[in-house]
This record gives sequence, structure tokens and C-alpha cells, in this order.
Amino acid sequence: MNKYKIEELFFEWLMLLSTVIVLGSLILILGTVLWRGLPALDLAMLTQIPKGGYYLGEEGGILNAIVGSLCLAGGATLLALIISLPIALYLQVYATRSRLIELIRLSLDVLWGVPSIIYGAFGFTLMILLGMRASLLGGIIALALLELPIMTRGMDEAIAMVPADLKESSYALGATRFEMAIGVMIRQALPGLLTATLLAFGRGIGDAASVLFTAGYTDRLPDSLFGPAASLPLAVFFQLGTPFPAVQQRAYASALVLTLIILAISLLSRRLAGGLTKHIIR
Amino acid sequence: MSKPYDASMARRNRIRKDIFARRIMKGLTVLAGLLVPLMLLALYLRARPILEAQPLTELLTSRVWRPLKGDYGFFPFMMGTFWVTSVGMVIAVPPSILTAIYLAEYARPRIRALISPLIDLLAGIPSVVYGVWGMLTVVPFIEKVAAPLLKRWLGVVPLFNSENPTGYSVLAGGIVLAVMVFPIIIAVAEEVLSAVPQGLREASSALGATRWQTVRHVVLQRAAPGVVAAVVLGFSRAFGETMAVLMVVGNVIQTPHSILDAAYPLTALIANNYGEMMSIPLYDAALLGAALILLLVVLIFNIGSRLVLIRLIRR
Amino acid sequence: MEPKILIRDLNVWYGDEHALENINVEIPPGGITAIIGPSGCGKTTLLRSINRLLEETDGIKITGQIILDGIDVYARGVDVTDVRTRVGLLAPKPFPLPMSIYDNVAYGRRIHGLQQVLDKGNGRNLDKIVERYLRAAGLWEEVQGRLEAPASRLSTGQQQRLCLARALAVEPEVLLCDEPTSALDPISAQRIEEQLRSLKEETTIVVVTHMLRQAHRLADYVIFLWMGTLVEAGPAEQVFDHPKDERTRAYLSGMIG
Repeated sequence: MNKYKIEELFFEWLMLLSTVIVLGSLILILGTVLWRGLPALDLAMLTQIPKGGYYLGEEGGILNAIVGSLCLAGGATLLALIISLPIALYLQVYATRSRLIELIRLSLDVLWGVPSIIYGAFGFTLMILLGMRASLLGGIIALALLELPIMTRGMDEAIAMVPADLKESSYALGATRFEMAIGVMIRQALPGLLTATLLAFGRGIGDAASVLFTAGYTDRLPDSLFGPAASLPLAVFFQLGTPFPAVQQRAYASALVLTLIILAISLLSRRLAGGLTKHIIR
Repeated sequence: MSKPYDASMARRNRIRKDIFARRIMKGLTVLAGLLVPLMLLALYLRARPILEAQPLTELLTSRVWRPLKGDYGFFPFMMGTFWVTSVGMVIAVPPSILTAIYLAEYARPRIRALISPLIDLLAGIPSVVYGVWGMLTVVPFIEKVAAPLLKRWLGVVPLFNSENPTGYSVLAGGIVLAVMVFPIIIAVAEEVLSAVPQGLREASSALGATRWQTVRHVVLQRAAPGVVAAVVLGFSRAFGETMAVLMVVGNVIQTPHSILDAAYPLTALIANNYGEMMSIPLYDAALLGAALILLLVVLIFNIGSRLVLIRLIRR
Repeated sequence: MEPKILIRDLNVWYGDEHALENINVEIPPGGITAIIGPSGCGKTTLLRSINRLLEETDGIKITGQIILDGIDVYARGVDVTDVRTRVGLLAPKPFPLPMSIYDNVAYGRRIHGLQQVLDKGNGRNLDKIVERYLRAAGLWEEVQGRLEAPASRLSTGQQQRLCLARALAVEPEVLLCDEPTSALDPISAQRIEEQLRSLKEETTIVVVTHMLRQAHRLADYVIFLWMGTLVEAGPAEQVFDHPKDERTRAYLSGMIG
């Protein structure tokens, strides 16, 4: 066997090893959370809010955080959707090759890379400006900003996949751009649009640093847009911060709940991407 | 009385609707484009009091952090960020790039279709979950296995020796960050490598080059700027990561001298102290100043690497 | 005369598509063999099966034998890089490697470690080799002053001649040319043809072309493919002037393809 064969084999093994390391760390993370979280997980945790003494290891659950997170991420995703979809359509329908559009795409990509704590800090400054306190609404705004670039670029790319012939045949029938966008593009790109939305939702529900500043935390269920709201990532964080092993156990269980939600979203987006293809022209 | 159908009226309405929609969409788009400058401006305005109270050079180089006495020195925190991020990148870069090469150049389509979603999944795991994993697995591993071994074998090198290794350390933060940036570097690098024209690979293998020779001399050569950009994107992600790092680095205000020392990165500083930042003079300005520094660094790295990627991929 | 390449029962599938069916043909040593036929008939597939570049395609299945100097290149134990070293390729579009003009030509020898052997005696040998093959490709005059410039700066025609020099520098016994002039202007195309003609004494050249006139100008032997099957093969004058098969006659007269 010559030197080049040996070199080839060596690097091939090194690459396989690297891939195993990367996938192994995924398995290790999921395994750790499952193994440590499952024993502490019970029905009460999912269905009750914290009672007095919960943070000393007594009765209660994290329903406040589960509901809070769903409200926060749900609201944020809705808000981001309202803003993102028009932007993505604009990028694809009205102005495809201008300088401005390239600049907007660049700035969305750059926003994608902005750390979530910065969104928290920025949201916090906005709230001070508006005289708001830490609240569900504040959290929703910060998370919506965080989700905006993810969703917009995802949709942008989904719409870009719509075949040009389809657009042209719609124009050829005399449709305005707007009618083409609503009637053809959205329908054709629907699976991609939903995947982008779910991806953004997943990012929103898992983020802690941005809601830390803006949504606050409470042991009650969220009841108003202007009151504070709990969230799962912060539930994990705060419970870990207590010195009581029983509460720390619950932090692991909370992390497990969060991970399961993320896994479910990931699976759902795959199913949707495959399942909603009835009206799609290939 | 019903009006007679007027075709030109209907058409005018449709066109009016089109123009209206266009204006709204354009408005939102421009607003989104202004978000980055707006963030910079907002953070700058909030941070201005501290910049006026202390010269920037002193803020960046002072090691003293006593908010109650009005001393705000960012140096230990910047070093904390620097150490954790660097260690993370040293660990993350080789396996990420090799995995990206494997996926782009070696793996069969079926294998790639199996592995790629798993890597996406890794990217989707929330940072607190990374933090929990770090506390439960990485920290004890360092305390019980890595630290004693490093001390025994490499203890003479200060970098690997520590007086009081608890496991909560730069190394723990680095390992957690490394795993967090794997998917980012892999995804971007794989895309860059796949953008290298197939004809170039064939030109090399038609000359009898082995696959690795083609990768090393031709593909990587061509994709080099993009691979660097992928690494820089990973770096800036690691640089700004907050919760996961905060949970495993120990948060001791000091300049680390060893990878087994505890550190206190900028992001952790902001997250840990936001609660009291309105109650001490200048504290909020100092914390938002830290956020501003963070944002500036991340912006520079991100813009740079994105420009490179645009040139390489969208051609 | 022993054939240089003997193709026996070659079958190729792209997924379910049967791209080549039972090809049996000989390519004699020396001279230029042209593979002609309407587009999509499998010309390029046949060409790329010879240096085993075909197997890089996903979902491909190849059966049969391609015997080069008595040894089946698909046989177990045959090293694919060795096959490709002996069988060079000139692609339809020039792909200069991302390095200097000099390094492009030296690349093949470097990856095979050939230069170490040569450099032991005289460090300037590689320079000589680069010069020799740049001359053989008719590019030397144009680039001799700027060998260290990136190859991508050359014009398309020059790039294609650089690719020719690069392929020749590993001294292949067979040179496969896949529509070598299709991306070029007429003048560059003519220069490539000239170089190929001047090389055919030492090298067995196989050219795929869809231009009948080019086949006429270059070919000593002709292989005519039609929808993945071999219709006719033989010396050029025989195939061109007295085609045996109806389809060959129709194709040559411009009625099909």
C-alpha cells in the first residue's frame, strides 16, 4: 500500500471519528437530560403551578412555565409572522435584484448572528423608553425580534424555490404582483413557510437570555399581557440555582420537558414539510 | 340600486390594492433593515453615562469591578469571554470542518440525509439544556478526570494547572460552546464546500489524485475563504452565548491563567446582574455598555464573514 | 494489432435508466478515435467509463469490462488513481485548479510524488517538465513570463490549453477528450485540434464530439452510438464513406440527431 493510500485512509477515519464526536455529543446531551430528568418528572409537575415551599422541594409543578413559554413563544411567533411574511414576499416579489434588497438580506443574516442577550438588552431599553415593566408583552416583543431574522430568511428561501414559470404564467393571466404573491407564491411555498415558522417558534421557546430581562418570572399563570410571565428555560435556570437537590431534580425534569417540546417541533416540521404538498406543482 | 359592473374600476381597485400592499411591505422591510442600527443606537444611548464618567480605555483595561464605589473595569470579563471562546473554538474547529468535509465530499446521499437532520437538531437544542448537560456531565468530568490528568501530565505548563479546580472552568465553558457551534460551522462549511464546482473535483481526480488530495489541494483551496467565514460565524456565536456558558464557567471575577480556572464572561456579567442594575448609579449604563461591546464585536465578525459568503455562494 | 482498450459487455444504468447497453468495441493504439452520435446517446457516459470517473456519480451501476493493455480497469485490486493516471481527461469546459499556471501543470506530478524522484537529480527538472508540456499544448509562448499568475486569469481558450498541458504532464497513455472545443471560440478550437493531431503518435486519443465536421477532421477511427447502443465502429473512411447501418447513414446525412 502506498503512502497516498495510507494518507487517504487516515483522513477518512479522522473524518468518521469527527462525525461520531459530533453525533455522539447530541446523543450524550439527549441521554443526560433524559436519564436525569425522567425520574423527577411526574404528572403533578406538568399540571400544577408552584405552591408555597415549592422552591424548598415541596409540592407544585411548572405549569406556569409551560403555559408562559407557550404564550411567549406563540405570541412572538404570531407577531414575527405578521412582520416576516410581508418582508419575505417583498424581497421575492417586488424587488429581486436591487442593492437595497441585498443590503436587507445581509442585515437579516447579521441579525441572525446577534446574541439573544443583546435582544434582551435592546428589548429592555425599549421597555424603559415606553415605561413598561417586565411583562408577557415585553417578552413577546424581544422574542419576536429574535425570531424575525430566522423566520424571514427561512421564508425568503422557501419562496425563492417557487419556479419562475409559475410566477410568469400567473402574470401572463393578468394578475398583479400582489395577487400573484397571495395566490401563487404563498400556496406554493406553504410547506417552506410553515417550516420557517416552526423553526422560529422552536428558537423562541428555547431562548432564555432575551426573556430574562423582558418577561420577568412569576409563579402564577400568565393572565395579562402587561403582567410578568414565567418561561421554561428560566424555570430550568432558577431551579438549578437553588441549593436543594430535590428542586435541582425538577430543573432536570423541566429541561427534559423543554427538550421534548423542541423534538416534537422538529418532527412536526418534517412531517408538515412532507405532508402539505397536495397543491404543489413540481 | 346596484351599480353596473365597471371593468376599468375593478382594475383600478386591484392596482390600488397592489400599490398599497407594496408600500406596507416596503415599509416593514426597510424597518427590518434599520433594526441593527437601531440596536446600536439604543445601546449606545443607554451606555453613554458610563462612557462619559470613565474614559473608554480605562473601562477596557481596568481590572477593578466595584459597582458600589463606581469602579467599572471590564478587563476581567473581556478576558473571560476571550478565554472561553478561544478554548471553545480550538476544540470545535477541527471536528466541525472534518465533519463538513465528510458530509460534502465523502458521505453517500443516503448517509447525508440521515446525518444532516441530526445536526440540525443539535442546532435547535436550547442553550439552557446545553447548560444542564454541561453541569451534569462536563463539569464533573473535568473535576474528576480531566483536571487530575492534565495536572499529572502537563502540570508544569501553567495553562493546564490550577490551584483550585472545581470543574466549573474555562475548559467546561469551552467544551459546551464547542458542541454548540458544531452545527453552525458544519452547516456553513458544508454549504461552501458543496458550492465548489464539480468539474474542479473531476479535473483533479482525472489526473489520478486520491479523494483526500483533491479535497486538500483543490476543494479546500477554493473554499478557503468560506471555511474561514464559517469558523468566524461560529466564533461570533460562541462569543455571544450566555446561558450555557454562565452555568458552567464558575463566574469568579478574575483574569484566568489556566483553562482550569473559573472565568466570568461579559455575557454572564450582563445576565447575572440585570436584576439590580437600576438600583446602583451607572450600573445599568455599565451593563448596557458591556452589551454594546458585545454587539460591536459580533457585528464586525458577522458582516465580514457574510460578505465573504455572499461572494462565494451566490454567484 | 492488439487493441489499446477493449470494451466488453459494458452496461451502465443511471438509477432505472439504461444508459449504455451491451457495448463491445475496440479502440486501437495511437491515432484519434472519435465517438459520435446524437445528443443523449451515451457518448460521454462511454468516455467517462474508461477512466472510471463515471463511478463518482450517485446512483450509477456499471457492469462489464474495460480492458486497458490486457487488464480490466474495473477488476478487484485495480487502483482507480492508477487508472486515472494512465488515462487523462480533457473536459468540455476548462476547470483550472485554484492555483498558479505553473502549479496547475505540476499538480499531477506532485500528487503522484513524481517530482521528488526527478528533483533528486536536478532541482530544475520540474521546471523543464512544466515548460515541455506547456509547449506541447501550444501555450508556452503566451504564459512564459507569468507562470506564477493564477490560472483563472487566462482566457477560456488559454485555460483549455492549460488543462491539456496539465493532463499531458502526467504522461498518460490514453487521453480522453469530452467535447474539448465546445466552450471555445473558433480560433482556440482550431489550436486545440492542432495540438491533438500532433499528439496522436504517442498517445491514444479518444474524442467525444457532436460536431461531425470535427470528427471528419480529426478521426482515424469512429464509434457511432445511438440511444445507448453501439451501431457501428471502424476506420474513419469506412464509417464515413461506406456506412453499413441505415442509422449511421441517416445520422451522417443530417436526417437524425
